[in-house]
Amino acid sequence: MSYVIKGQDGPWELVIGLEVHAQVISRSKLFSGSATEFGAEPNSQVSFVDAAFPGMLPVINQECVAQAVRTGLGLDAQINLVSRFDRKNYFYADLPAGYQISQYAHPVVGGGHVEIELSDGSTRRIGVTRLHLEQDAGKSLHDQHPTKSYIDLNRSGIALMEIVSEPDLRTPEEAGAYLRKLRTILRYLGTCDGNMEEGSMRADVNVSVRRHGEPFRTRCEVKNVNSVRFVMQAIEAEAARQVEVWESGGTVEQETRLFDPARGETRSMRSKEDAHDYRYFPDPDLLPLVLDEAWVAGLRAELPELPDAKRARFVAKHGLSAYDAAVLVADQETAAFYETVAAGRDAKLAANWMMGDFFAALNRTGRSIGDSPVSAAALGQLLDLLADRTINGRIAKEVFEAMVETGEAPASIVENRGLRQVTDTGAIDRAVDSVLAANPDKLAEYRGGKDKLFGFFVGQVMKAMAGKGNPALVNDALRQRLSA
Amino acid sequence: MLTDLSLVEARDGLRRRAFSAAELTEAHLDAVAALNPRLNAFITVSADRARAQAVAADAKLAAGESGPLLGLPLAIKDLFCTEGVRTTAGSRILEPFVPPYESTVTANLLRDGAVFLGKANLDEFAMGSSNMTSAFGPVQNPWTRADGAALVPGGSSGGSCAAVAARMALGATATDTGGSIRQPASFCGIAGVKPTYGRCSRWGIVAFASSLDQAGPVARTVGDCAVMLGSMAGFDPRDSTSADRPVPDFAAACRRGVRGLRIGVPREYRSDAMPAEIEALWQQGLAWLRDGGAEIVDVSLPHTKYGLATYYIVAPAEASSNLARYDGVRFGRRVEGEDLTELYERTRAEGFGAEVRRRIMIGTYVLSAGYYDAYYLRAQKVRALILRDFTDAYAQVDALLTPTAPSAAFAQGDKMDDPVAMYLNDVFTVPASMAGVPGLSVPAGLDPQGLPLGLQVLGRPFDEETVFAVGAVLERAAGFRHLPAIRAGAPA
Amino acid sequence: MSLDPATVRRIARLARIHVDPAEAEQLAGEMNGILGWIEQLNEVDVDGIDPLTGAAQMAMRLRADTVTDGGIPELVLGNAPDRAGAFYAVPKVVE
Repeated sequence: MSYVIKGQDGPWELVIGLEVHAQVISRSKLFSGSATEFGAEPNSQVSFVDAAFPGMLPVINQECVAQAVRTGLGLDAQINLVSRFDRKNYFYADLPAGYQISQYAHPVVGGGHVEIELSDGSTRRIGVTRLHLEQDAGKSLHDQHPTKSYIDLNRSGIALMEIVSEPDLRTPEEAGAYLRKLRTILRYLGTCDGNMEEGSMRADVNVSVRRHGEPFRTRCEVKNVNSVRFVMQAIEAEAARQVEVWESGGTVEQETRLFDPARGETRSMRSKEDAHDYRYFPDPDLLPLVLDEAWVAGLRAELPELPDAKRARFVAKHGLSAYDAAVLVADQETAAFYETVAAGRDAKLAANWMMGDFFAALNRTGRSIGDSPVSAAALGQLLDLLADRTINGRIAKEVFEAMVETGEAPASIVENRGLRQVTDTGAIDRAVDSVLAANPDKLAEYRGGKDKLFGFFVGQVMKAMAGKGNPALVNDALRQRLSA
Repeated sequence: MLTDLSLVEARDGLRRRAFSAAELTEAHLDAVAALNPRLNAFITVSADRARAQAVAADAKLAAGESGPLLGLPLAIKDLFCTEGVRTTAGSRILEPFVPPYESTVTANLLRDGAVFLGKANLDEFAMGSSNMTSAFGPVQNPWTRADGAALVPGGSSGGSCAAVAARMALGATATDTGGSIRQPASFCGIAGVKPTYGRCSRWGIVAFASSLDQAGPVARTVGDCAVMLGSMAGFDPRDSTSADRPVPDFAAACRRGVRGLRIGVPREYRSDAMPAEIEALWQQGLAWLRDGGAEIVDVSLPHTKYGLATYYIVAPAEASSNLARYDGVRFGRRVEGEDLTELYERTRAEGFGAEVRRRIMIGTYVLSAGYYDAYYLRAQKVRALILRDFTDAYAQVDALLTPTAPSAAFAQGDKMDDPVAMYLNDVFTVPASMAGVPGLSVPAGLDPQGLPLGLQVLGRPFDEETVFAVGAVLERAAGFRHLPAIRAGAPA
Repeated sequence: MSLDPATVRRIARLARIHVDPAEAEQLAGEMNGILGWIEQLNEVDVDGIDPLTGAAQMAMRLRADTVTDGGIPELVLGNAPDRAGAFYAVPKVVE
């Protein structure tokens, strides 16, 4: 492994596993008919079931099951046709029933994997141990009152998928790549919006360190990390801490920790410690979840093309580099945008435009692909104007900037601003003549052997023609006159 | 007296306009006012609401409508959530709780026109066989003994059964987790039916042990129970364990007779310790069925003796989890604390009574790390064997006949210092609960002290009709006409 | 398997029920009585038997994904012993 922590007494390697909690996209909750929208008034999306009133019973939402199965299929995982729900018992302010309904012993999805791409161009396959459905908890607000915490149960009972990786990750970069890739897959599938700021995707990070070749040492779990960057930072901080503990002769205790982004360190979460005996048992309010094979096959048939397949297709069919293809498929909308631009055109040229001027414009204007100032169709028209030589490459950049600014169609920008490329050889010859006439000294130098000045003459001719000269014709005309 | 009518007789009287629903309700409210101070069968009496429901029922009767229970006054076990009417589960922790919703079973009864007199007392969270664990005081059995000792009505549906036996209500809702309908029905000399698990919705019933809890009726006749169950039962999409099956005509089944039926006698229910009068009553019951044309067959339910121990793992385990929601945060009683943990611990220590705390502790223990396999998992396997016993028996017979309880009602205070002795009350009722099969208790005779004894009929899953048929034949043959000393209209 | 008062206190802590030392002694006695009686299950041969979770012998029904509930904050909060506006209130939780 290339990533090691240099301890005082030699290098340490990292062992990382991620448990990702991904909020399922569904209209209503996992076991109740309450809405799931983000940002509603406190306790306005709460039923008596969600608030665990006496005598209330759970009834499972078919769509949440379908979403879990779709995700399992997207992770190339085993779908368990019989699974079960257990109760995980613990007391907490935002856990109304005193238990969370979760799939402990028999998850709906078994082993699968995620392919990650690293910055050096290599790829790695990271194992997924399992995916199970469970309920989200409510939210405690601790900063509203000096001596009280406030409880909002809107989130209570929303479906989560817990996606558990094998301890296959070895570097913070791999962990980041895994999370981003997983998020991309979930978004492609439409099973989770992957929005870490709103908490719809959170990660528990299991970290341990070891000497190369050793078996696993004790791990710590850093709970509830809510951005890719923080996950990577938390891993570094926690690994560094563990190395220090081991090297100073101490022992790392298995415990739950919290990452403090402001201080860049993890700290022990003692409040959770005495709640470790969760007393899992099958939820007697629910029956086994039995899936019909044909139903699962139907879900499989409706899966969209996933990022790995799409990337491979972009490389094979469009001749893109692996890197460009990976960038373009990282977001489904971007990939779709690209495919619209590339359709029937020079696919590589389309990719270059997307990767270059287009992304730069999005960045500069702070817009996303969804509200891009230039539509895929308009960008395609611009490429058409280039292809049929109505404009040259330099003018195309100018037209594109005008499109970003005005939203106008490229053809009308070209017409209104008179940017059409000049291919009239008479006009070009006249421009060449006037440039040569205006620069007798440079002409003499060129003829004296200073070949590099050819570029200078091209530039001067283009300038004289306001950039609109056809570059090939300008070159031809100049070469002819200079060699004469 | 109107209070002496059976539910079916009262229904027919209303339809004939022999009396009004208002008169019928008033007669029962009078009985409640007169007797409840002594028997403590009701925790909450909703007299005004009952009168309003009766007036509404009279209007419908006048308009020619006839819901199956239109205008009939019932008691509701205080485990069923009733919208706008306090629901306590017999516990201090729910003492202030007013549900903003109506349980499915009680909603079904209201749909069919029933009048609710109030909420019947019970063992706290339905955990008990004596009604001694209610936070609202014990219920007294309306039957009395020569020595004058106040007797328990059984439990946990003791308030429901006492109210019906004393003629304070025509019938009552009850629930059965390990015998909580059948045992108190036997103790109070009335009929009670625990239907198949899944027949009645559990939605809105305060949960004790979810895989066992099942609602059912108690009333003074088997036929009355049939009418009530017909209203209470039915598929409910809000309960994942509710069975999506049509509700048969139970009242019609009561008229079927037993000719040609094979009735099993499980040999493991017999023991040397069984009182002679109970053994004699059992034999009498078998003779009545034989006379009715049934064939009596010896069968074996080999795991019967393990039913109780299995039950006392499974039920507390589920209860320990089901009762975690009583934490003083969203509803019910709260005892403040320095921090949240202290609030929880005080709320639950003061809110729950001794038996409930004991069962939560046992349940927590048997599910805890290191003990799950030895206790809970093993109990679930024994439960599978118990179900297999019944499945095997029902391959040979159509129904089973056993005594309902190992004794008649005992005195308040007896068996209180020995939980296991108390648990043994349910020895005959628990196996059917573990298997989820339907059962009925019908009053069949008196013990030497003049106290009622019941016989239990058990049937195949979702074959309550055969259970009713057998129960009705026993009822007719027994001709049980004895009355409790404490009842509406009796000299004080 | 015999319970001592320390185990009783640990279980009581898990169950969030306050027990004082005298109670723990008494509970240990009662619980040992019950657990001792339960030990009879060890006689049963359960080899190869699948555990039975519940009495309902069917697969789970799945409901349609429609919003049919919620929007009742007043009813949900109406029984709360302590509330602050639209929130439930509890003593401050330190994480």
